[in-house]
This record gives sequence, structure tokens and C-alpha cells, in this order.
Amino acid sequence: MKPKVAFFDFTGCEGCQLDALNLEGEELIDLLNAVDIVNFREVKTEREDNYDIAFIEGSISRESEISRLQKIRDQAKVIVALGTCACIGGINCLKNHLPMEEALRIVYGEDAKNYDTIPARPADAVVPVDYYVRGCPPITAELIKVIKALLLGKKPDIPNYPVCVECKMAGNVCVFERGMTCLGPVVRAGCNAICVTSGRHCWGCRGLVDDPNIDSEKDILQKYGLTVEQVVEKFKIYNTYAEVTK
Amino acid sequence: MRQVNVNVHQVTRVEGHGNIVLNAKNGHIEELRWEVTESPRLFEAMLRGRYYEDVPYIASRICGICSIAHSTASIQATEAAFGIQPSEQTLLLRKLLYNAEILESHILHVLFLAAPDFLGVGSVFPLVETHKDVVVMALRLKKLAYNLAETLAGRKTHPISCVVGGFAKLPDLGELEALRKRLEDALVDLDTTVELFKTLSIPDFVRETEYIALKDPKEYAFISGQIASTDAGIGPLSNYLEVTNEFCVPYSTAKYTKNKRDSYMVGALARFNNNYDQLLPRAKGVAKELGLSAPSHNPFMITVAQVVEAVHAAEDSLNIIDQILARGLVEEDNRVKVRAGRGIGAVEAPRGILFHDYTYDENGVLTEANCIIPTNQNHNNIQKDMEALVPLILSRPQDEIAHTLEMLVRAYDPCISCSTHLLKVSFK
Repeated sequence: MKPKVAFFDFTGCEGCQLDALNLEGEELIDLLNAVDIVNFREVKTEREDNYDIAFIEGSISRESEISRLQKIRDQAKVIVALGTCACIGGINCLKNHLPMEEALRIVYGEDAKNYDTIPARPADAVVPVDYYVRGCPPITAELIKVIKALLLGKKPDIPNYPVCVECKMAGNVCVFERGMTCLGPVVRAGCNAICVTSGRHCWGCRGLVDDPNIDSEKDILQKYGLTVEQVVEKFKIYNTYAEVTK
Repeated sequence: MRQVNVNVHQVTRVEGHGNIVLNAKNGHIEELRWEVTESPRLFEAMLRGRYYEDVPYIASRICGICSIAHSTASIQATEAAFGIQPSEQTLLLRKLLYNAEILESHILHVLFLAAPDFLGVGSVFPLVETHKDVVVMALRLKKLAYNLAETLAGRKTHPISCVVGGFAKLPDLGELEALRKRLEDALVDLDTTVELFKTLSIPDFVRETEYIALKDPKEYAFISGQIASTDAGIGPLSNYLEVTNEFCVPYSTAKYTKNKRDSYMVGALARFNNNYDQLLPRAKGVAKELGLSAPSHNPFMITVAQVVEAVHAAEDSLNIIDQILARGLVEEDNRVKVRAGRGIGAVEAPRGILFHDYTYDENGVLTEANCIIPTNQNHNNIQKDMEALVPLILSRPQDEIAHTLEMLVRAYDPCISCSTHLLKVSFK
């Protein structure tokens, strides 16, 4: 029997799910030979409540989403957090810097009271999560790697070293040398430093490495005449949840 | 006594969450609603206090399907606020990048989300068995659009290199040349798509409404121009609040809009109705082959208009690449001088006209944002279409009614996660 796979979207842009469909023809066929996709609202009408592996996309940002995720945890043998919002809370947590009433009022004015919203959080703040596919959006190759690992019951080999390592291998000029701030020294690699290679800096979408060398980041900032505040502002974009809860 | 009770909880094969509710007794409609239930995202609040260079990066995350549209609108709003006029080279690259998103998004909708309805299945997955060639072709077209965006901006979903003032990195001309070849092959794939669509029967339903889209005297507008309405003519972008007139309804987390009538439509068909004359020749030919002529008042033809626009986007991309290869690319000075001010950016997202309106302080920090999203502008038109359509089909079996209403919603290709941050934002 092929394992049954379900995709569930919570609060987010749904880009991770869509990128999951960004496969070559043969890759999709291989995937469908290995698993049975039984629940994928964005692309599929039929639904089945009996599934083994659940992919969770998006942050949890409403009371009703907490119970929905708990029910999914009860059913699924394996839970995979898909993308930065589900893995570390992500961009939705930027609103956590404001009182919820104020964030709602800014957007909906007098009608704010009609809307249910709570501070955004990652999936593992609500239920235990078995696998993580990081990135905003995730790299398709890493998603396939994680699917293969979980089908074999193994732990996927995900880097636990900083983006700087891959950035050097890509042959990029260091972002600090160009007078900009960068989160690369403390953020988990696996993206091949795509943002720096594309002319910008690391925004930290894959979260911190397990044991970040914060002092070294501070030394670098000092060397280049930059401030901790400048980095904290960048860091907030994806990592507000970690920052607020630590 | 015949009762009809349709309750489609979370319409599938659309981006985001919406419900259809219909209750009718003895041919009398008691309740008929298109409800939007997406979780509020509150982007306008999240953008406040951010430095300008982070703003398009964050705004891109409003939507994973149309992230290039949100980035571009955000970049253009910021440039307008700072008084920056992008170079000719930047505009060419921006238009090419934009075509990648139009092509990818339309192919996704036409072949993955809408086509299963016409072929009698619930998703693209069974089509892997029955229509393997079509699925492989659709993936090939999507991949091409992804690769085109990757060459220009690092990736398609949440692009990286496109920035306020220009491009942080220029594409490799050799890669563009290789993509040019693949785009020519894509025209053949698109011909196959057209042949497939000729065999599908599109529901025959007509309700005239107001059609609103950007209009540019120079070309079929995607990222430039003014606001055109089939009822009200052409007006400046600064009129956008008077055109959209947002209001809240109790059963929806998205705001609704109306202009000259009860509702209006935006998106591929609204663009087609306003700008048909400016389509490139091959796209015009496809419209004729598929029986689409301007103006069309059948909302189910939105999907056909998307096929036409996909051809236009491929054709236009070939022209732009030729221009770039002929003139070459030069490193430009992208340095940005910030200033206090307000700017409006408008683009045609795949699903319709999109407005970002920002105010910055003298340090380049955003103090106020308002984003009006296309799907938001279509919600009310979907509701009015349903009210006109249901009486015509009420005697049919309940499942068929439900399916027809789902197809109607799907024709609009709604992008609901975007639409819940539609809002009027005032930071007090």
C-alpha cells in the first residue's frame, strides 16, 4: 500500500504548495508512484480524512487553526512542516510586535472586532512536528530529499552550518564587503546562498543554525561599522517568533 | 416541494478559502452567498515601520502565486514615492519577468485547476494516466516560466533580484538566448493547449458588468498605464480609491468593491475587453480560433482569455529577448535617494488590477500602506453572477448546480489569501 499524503494550508501565501508542483513531468509521475495524494485542496477536489503523512503549510494565527492542527496530529503518523511559516513562524509573526487589537484596527478599522486573530506561531508551538522543510519558499530538491527520507524512515541530511559556507563555495563577494548587513553567519544553509548569488543579502528564512555563533556575528558587524540594531531589524522579518519566545 | 441545499465548504482548486451557500425552496432562493473565510494576514500593519528596501521583499509574501505582481507593484509604488524613473533597460527586464508570471500563473489555472472540470475529473492527478501528454506539456510550460524568472530574478516564487531602482543582478545573455529557443518550442505547446480548448464546451452564460483594467496607449498593459473602465473611460491611478470603493460584508474576511454598477470585474477578460486591439498577432489569432471576441460578457470565458494572454506573454517575451540581445545589458547605478512622499503602484496581476499605495517618511521608512487586491474586487461580481446564474439552473440536479457554481468561482481564478489584506489602512 502506498502511504497516503495530505497537504493542509494554514495562514500563508500558499507559495510552498505551489512550488511543490514545480516538478519535471517524470518527477511528478515518480512521486505519484510512491505516494497517494489524498488531500490537496488547492489542486484537488476529492478529499479523504484517512492519511498517513500530513504536510502543514503556513503559520498558526487563529484559535480555530489550533484545534484543526491538533486533529490533523491525531490522524497523521508523520507531520511535516512545509516552509518557513510552518517551521519557524515566519513573516506572519511581524504582526506579533503589535497588540492584536491594534494590528486589526490598522487593517480593518471599525470592523476589526469581526475578525479572529492571535499572535502567529509555527506548527511545533501547537503539536509535535516530525520533519521540517525550511525556506521561503523551500528548495524543491530539498522537499524531494525529505520525502525520500521519510518514506525510508530515515532522518534527512539537512545542513546545520551557516549560509556563509555555501556562499563562499558559490564564489560570491561577501555582502559585508559591499557595505550591507547579512544574516548569513548565523542562519542555516541549504539554499546555496541563492539570495546573495542573486545580488542581495541573506534574510534568514531558514532560521538559525542549532548553535549560532552570535559573538562572531557581532564582531563582523563591528569590523564593518554596522550596528546590532540594523541586523535585528532584518532578523525580525522571519525570526520574530524565536526572538520573542527566547 | 423541492428543496435545494448547496453548501460547498472550501471550494477546491482555488488559492485560498471560500464557501458557497445556496438554499432554495420551491424555486425561491432563500439564501445565496459567496463567503470568504481566509485568515486575516494584516500585511498593511506588518509593513509599517519597515525600511524601503525590505518593503517589496515583505509585500511579495502576500501571495505565492503572484509574488512577482506584488513585488512589482510594491517597487513601483516606492519609486513613485521617491520620484525615481526606472531606466529603459530596467523596464524591459521587468516586463520580461512579468511575462514569466503571467505565463506560469495562467498555465497553472488553465491546465491544472480549470481543465479537470471540463474533463470530468477532480484534479490533475488522474490526468497523469489519461492525458499524460497534456500534463507533461503543462509541467514543461510551467518549468520554462520558472526558469525564465530564475534567470532574471533568482527564482519565480518570491523573486530576489528585482529591486527599487532596477535589478540587483543582471541576467546572463547566453541564458536568455537559450530561453529564447525554449520559448519558440513553447508556442507549439500553446498551440496544443489551444487545440485542447477547442474540444471543451464552455458554459453559455452572459451577464454584462463593468470591466476595469490598466490601459497604456503603447501596449497591452501589464505593468504600466492608467485605470480604464468599460463604463467610465480612462482615469489616473490617483483615482483608485474612488474606483474601488471598498466596503465590508458580515460573512467575509475580504472587503468588497463596486464602482459604476453593483459590481465590476477585473482580470484576463476585463483586460481583453479593454485592450483587445493591442494583443500581439498570434494571441489575436488564438482568440478568434477559440471564439472569444471583445467585448465578451461570459465570465466562464475568463479561462479562455487566459489562454490568449499566455500566448501573448510568450510572444512578447520573444520580442523583448530579441531587443535585449540586440542592445546588450549594461551595469547601471541603482543607488536610491529616499525622500518623504506618497506613491501609487499599479500592475495587472494575473487575476486583475492590483494597487499598492505607500507613504514614506524622510528616512525611507514606510508610515502607511494600502493594498487593493484583484480577487477582492471580483468577490462582489462573483456574488452578482451567482444571483443571475442560479435562477437559470435551479431545476437541475443539486450536484450539477453545486458543480456549476464551483466552476464559476474557479473561472475567476480567485487568489483568496491575497484578498484578505485588502484594506483601508490608516495608521493613527
